[in-house]
Amino acid sequence: MEQFDYVVLGASHAGLEALRAIRAHDSDGSIAVLDREARLPVSPTVLPYVVSGKRRQDRIALRERGWFDDLRVDYRQQAHAAALDSAHSRLRLADGSEIGYGKLLLATGAAPAVPPIAGLSDVRFHVLRTLDDALALREAGRSAGRAVVLGAGLVGMHAAENLARAGARVTIIEMRDQVLPGYFDATAAARIQAAFHDNGVEVLTGRRVASVAPRAGGCTVQLDGGEPCDANLLLVAAGVRPEVSYLAGSGVTVERGVVVDAFMRSTAANVWAAGDVVQTPSFFGDATPAGGILPDAVEQGRTAGMSMAGDPGVRAYPGGVSLNTYGFFGRRALSVGRDAPQQGGADWEVLVRGGEGSDAYLKIVLRDGRLQGVFGVDVLFDPGIMWELILRRVELGARAKALLENPQDAARALMSGLWR
Amino acid sequence: MSATPTIAFDAARCDGCGHCMNACVSAKSSDAHRAQPRIQILRDDESGRWGIAQCRQCGDPRCASVCPAAALEKGDDGIVAWDGKRCVNCLICTAGCTFGGIAFSPAEGHVVKCDQCEGAPQCVAACTRGALRYVTTATLYNRWGELEDLFVPGLGGCQGCNTELIMRHTLRRVGSNTVLATPPGCIPGMGSVGYNGMLGCKVPVFHPLLTNTASMLTGIRRQYKRKGRNVTALALAGDGGAGDVGFQSLSGAAERGEQILFICVDNEGYMNTGAQRSGSTTYGAWTATTPIGESARGKTQDAKNLPLLMMWHGCEYVATASTAFMEDFYAKLEAALDASQRGFAYLHLYSPCTSGWRFPSASNIEVARKAVETNFAVLWDYRRDQGLKLSRDIDAPLPVTEYLKLLGKFRHLDATQIAHIERHVAEQEQVLRELAAMHPRERRQVVGHQSDLMAVDLDQ
Ligand SMILES: Cc1cc2nc3c(=O)[nH]c(=O)nc-3n(C[C@H](O)[C@H](O)[C@H](O)COP(=O)(O)OP(=O)(O)OC[C@H]3O[C@@H](n4cnc5c(N)ncnc54)[C@H](O)[C@@H]3O)c2cc1C
Repeated sequence: MEQFDYVVLGASHAGLEALRAIRAHDSDGSIAVLDREARLPVSPTVLPYVVSGKRRQDRIALRERGWFDDLRVDYRQQAHAAALDSAHSRLRLADGSEIGYGKLLLATGAAPAVPPIAGLSDVRFHVLRTLDDALALREAGRSAGRAVVLGAGLVGMHAAENLARAGARVTIIEMRDQVLPGYFDATAAARIQAAFHDNGVEVLTGRRVASVAPRAGGCTVQLDGGEPCDANLLLVAAGVRPEVSYLAGSGVTVERGVVVDAFMRSTAANVWAAGDVVQTPSFFGDATPAGGILPDAVEQGRTAGMSMAGDPGVRAYPGGVSLNTYGFFGRRALSVGRDAPQQGGADWEVLVRGGEGSDAYLKIVLRDGRLQGVFGVDVLFDPGIMWELILRRVELGARAKALLENPQDAARALMSGLWR
Repeated sequence: MSATPTIAFDAARCDGCGHCMNACVSAKSSDAHRAQPRIQILRDDESGRWGIAQCRQCGDPRCASVCPAAALEKGDDGIVAWDGKRCVNCLICTAGCTFGGIAFSPAEGHVVKCDQCEGAPQCVAACTRGALRYVTTATLYNRWGELEDLFVPGLGGCQGCNTELIMRHTLRRVGSNTVLATPPGCIPGMGSVGYNGMLGCKVPVFHPLLTNTASMLTGIRRQYKRKGRNVTALALAGDGGAGDVGFQSLSGAAERGEQILFICVDNEGYMNTGAQRSGSTTYGAWTATTPIGESARGKTQDAKNLPLLMMWHGCEYVATASTAFMEDFYAKLEAALDASQRGFAYLHLYSPCTSGWRFPSASNIEVARKAVETNFAVLWDYRRDQGLKLSRDIDAPLPVTEYLKLLGKFRHLDATQIAHIERHVAEQEQVLRELAAMHPRERRQVVGHQSDLMAVDLDQ
């Protein structure tokens, strides 16, 4: 049986960052990174741009082979983990071979969640997570005519825009009452939704799909208590589930994802996990959505790698802060952090500018004078600085007003003074 | 991963004039569009200070780590480069940066960031107040790193001591054609002369008495010369071995103009034998021999200014340096080495002592920096033909107390003692300011060396 000091499973954002962190501290240990794909790593985030044709598929690799060689990392493609035996520190691959490890990182990401809709398994539908998915969707989009997208999250919204640009008539169906729930409040969502409407995309919110049925050249989508809707192309973008199929009986605890501590250690000895595969705790310690985004995968990957290598510089992962940079029809929406709860209490403060009809919308949420969230549509600011201000629990005091007026300049001026 | 040049910002010097931003706009605009400045100067009204948003060209850039399209990469030139052919405009890089160093430009239609104008940053050139500086220290470090380390691995210095840094970097540059003298003190104490009959470095090293370092080096240098070999005679000594016990031989060699490179690592006391006072110990400082008790309040005399004394010897070259300003130290070492082929070169390095001065071992460089920024330790250099020059502006120092408060050896100081030290610092500052203002270029010589004064006379 082959044996490595470190095995990293999954060569995407979390895994790649972990490789760097491990090598930064341990220059000698043997490292292997295994990925099930038969090609160089590609970020799921770049796929909408493959679908739209903005990027050709041969120009999107996250890393070239040489990068792995320079780090002296044994990078293996088509190495699909099938089962983990953490008691014996062994990984079994789909081809039957086994690999032993000293320390293991699970960075297998997530897979599209397929909702339990009657008839869904009888029709041909698309998802978007891998390059193959993107190529298939791009191909189908060229001649779609009529397209239905299930889910108005980031993936669904991106894809709907691409399909509309490719000439399809698109309908988005979203269960919740607004688009992009979790990232934007209703006012911001309405602004975004209006842009879709203006570009000929139909958005149905607060609606469920009761069933789907096959039909010549596509399928029919039956809405709850409503009219049927025909589609040549059906895209399911109803969220993701962690890629944990190989963890059954492994000794690794999985809830809404692999359960980890602040150093990304799983419940099994010598097994770490990072990225979309993990159940990410919220920085705020509440039920705000956390994880499932690229910057988090990178942070977690670094924390895990440093922890695995025993780097004394490792710091506890502070928890996930929701963060998004969303572009739509040439406009931009940015969100960082959390919104105020419905019944917030006196310690919460919400500052808003730009209602309906204004050229921009901005909302700033504070608790005890400390930044909790910033949400903007058609307003520019630096999400990275806002993220840092939230993590540092910086008291804004009188600066809150300036932040509402000009979030980019005010936050930059403040942050600049905090660095030394 | 290599470390590389950076644009440093000094908020205290910035008045928000905006010349840097205008220069950037001019440099980056094309006929097609007016560029968004890659540097932004902003005022924080609460603190009344100016701030900066500009790419720091991080060693480990997070903008690149989070880019899903591999459109950002740190090159060997140190620049985090943006590749427009790969960028998909997702703006996730702007979530990765906490400096506001990469931002979307609506006019240009994509993210933009500083590229340091191919080594000649226009913003720095446009800054008239010295608030922006193009700092290339790190490349120098790299160059030093490529030179052979001539000490054994694992010298046994105290945790956090900067002397090992000084020793290794000095000998890397001075090179193997060297005879090294390390008189009693921390430097031999940490193993430069070696243990158990094995050498501590890869050049001939010897351990003179505290008193005779410069004399022995004189003889060695001359003997080699007589045999037709040009070696560098190098001393790495402490302040006691240089300025107190060793001063007679040092002064003599300097006055004779011996071709020696003498480096004094000044930790302001006899630290290796248990932290006794020396002539370089500051007024008021605690040492083992200037204790704090009912009546005793630390040292009762001011430190003598050894580098200035050396300057008055009319050495070929004299300079003060600090490990908080390595770029400056490197430049001075270079000059001193060159001067030591013609005459006596003396380098004085401030070396905060983590154990003897009582401060946390992680803050050595910080202490060294504060010493300089408060004018407690002023950086200057002196060339026989050009006189004394200040290496940094000394007009707006931090309060001396910013330095004193870092150190346990000053913890007991009362207001009168602090005032005494402040006065002393101000006096030294004034002396140096006046020396630097003597416009020696016109006068040619401030202090002459005897033999050369004759040469000058003959010229006239
Ligand atoms: C269409 C789309 C758009 C997105 N847009 C954004 C965005 O704008 N902003 C944002 O922050 N996030 C976005 N995301 C989310 C972001 O891409 C993910 O958070 C990020 O990719 C997570 O990285 P990861 O390394 O944890 O997992 P993944 O990137 O999912 O990588 C997992 C890797 O593991 C491999 N793997 C899986 N199972 C196995 C196995 N059994 N054996 C071996 N290898 C295996 C896979 O091949 C893959 O390489 C988007 C996601 C999608 C799908």
